Amino acid sequence: MSYTVDPGLYAVGQPDAGSPVLVTANYKMSFDRVRRSLDGRNAWLLVLETDGINVWCAAGKGSFGTNELVLRIEGARLEQIVSHRRVVVPQLGGPGVAAHEVKARSGFRVTFGPVRCEDLGRFIDAGFKAAPEMRRKTFDTWERLVLIPVELVDALKVAAVAVPLFFLLGGLGGPGTFWSNALNYGLFAVVCLVGAIVAGAVLTPILLPWLPGRAFSLKGLIPGIAMAVVLVGLRTSVWASPPAPLEIPAWLVLVPALSTYLAMNFTGASTFTSLSGVKKEMRIAVPLQIPAGVAGVALWIGSRFAS
Amino acid sequence: MRFPVYLHNVATLALDEDKCTGCGACLDVCPHAVLVRHNGRVRIDDRDACMECGACATNCPVQAVTVQSGVGCAMAVINTALGRSSSSCCCVIETSEQKAANSSGSTATPR
Repeated sequence: MSYTVDPGLYAVGQPDAGSPVLVTANYKMSFDRVRRSLDGRNAWLLVLETDGINVWCAAGKGSFGTNELVLRIEGARLEQIVSHRRVVVPQLGGPGVAAHEVKARSGFRVTFGPVRCEDLGRFIDAGFKAAPEMRRKTFDTWERLVLIPVELVDALKVAAVAVPLFFLLGGLGGPGTFWSNALNYGLFAVVCLVGAIVAGAVLTPILLPWLPGRAFSLKGLIPGIAMAVVLVGLRTSVWASPPAPLEIPAWLVLVPALSTYLAMNFTGASTFTSLSGVKKEMRIAVPLQIPAGVAGVALWIGSRFAS
Repeated sequence: MRFPVYLHNVATLALDEDKCTGCGACLDVCPHAVLVRHNGRVRIDDRDACMECGACATNCPVQAVTVQSGVGCAMAVINTALGRSSSSCCCVIETSEQKAANSSGSTATPR
């Protein structure tokens, strides 16, 4: 899937030799949001080739980087187009762009702009000065909410296989016919898998600041256990048939295990987790998650055949 | 509880105060205000808030700031452990050599 604009120099409004030069990635959403945030101001937009990746991720990979910026400045003949020698690079381009190297190689001084393009107008109007809050990357509730669909799509790719499989396995063994078993035990398995995804990939991101613990896998445990308790309550009260032996313990183990794993994966979407921290968290969490997952599945398969 | 702050005492960020000239380039690029200027000197104020993005080290003209940078992403750690390459998944842990290769790579634009 390609959602890109061609790299190079673009004019926004009616820029002249004195207009600011703003650098961005060739991800079309970045490009459009920068244009929109200028709100009628005239500017040059220098678009780097990042293969349609946003500024922060591309800077981490190095494709939004010193070399690419210098080559684009030269390729656009920027020194003939503007009379000043300043390019405004988004602050989150910092991991890839070394300002002192750009200056040495191109003669252009890099001024790091605000984290959010919504602050660009105020940044320019203030004489290319960022207020302290413009330099901070937050992770507020709305920022977490918009990431949930990404987490769900990833989880549902696996669930698309697991859900039909568990439903059909639910039909095996047990007291009744295949389809009546599937509609009892298989359907409850489907509800539990969906519940685990909701706990780990929806509730955990929303409740993130308020969940106890710092490790994401630990944070995901609370919604996972709560979800398991609610589901077991449903299974033992209003569900059409009584639970099979081992069925309850199976889901009490498996739902929290899935939730904590999915919560751990939200580190990739977050704006403040370090690689050293994620590795430390995983050294403890993964050796617990894998046996719990295996034990949960084994218990449930056992529940299909235990009499 | 402070938010957003991740695990205690894991970040690999270090500042060599003998090398540091106090230019403040690192202060502008840090997205979590980990570094501050205090009485004209730069110092690490909040190491636990460091996400190891590497922007400060990249922008230090005298290599006074160092950090083992990378993406804090569990899936990237898993992908890397399973030997997946960056072409099969967008998210892997790249070594500093791979990152350098990316940033100095050709700017040809196949499309």
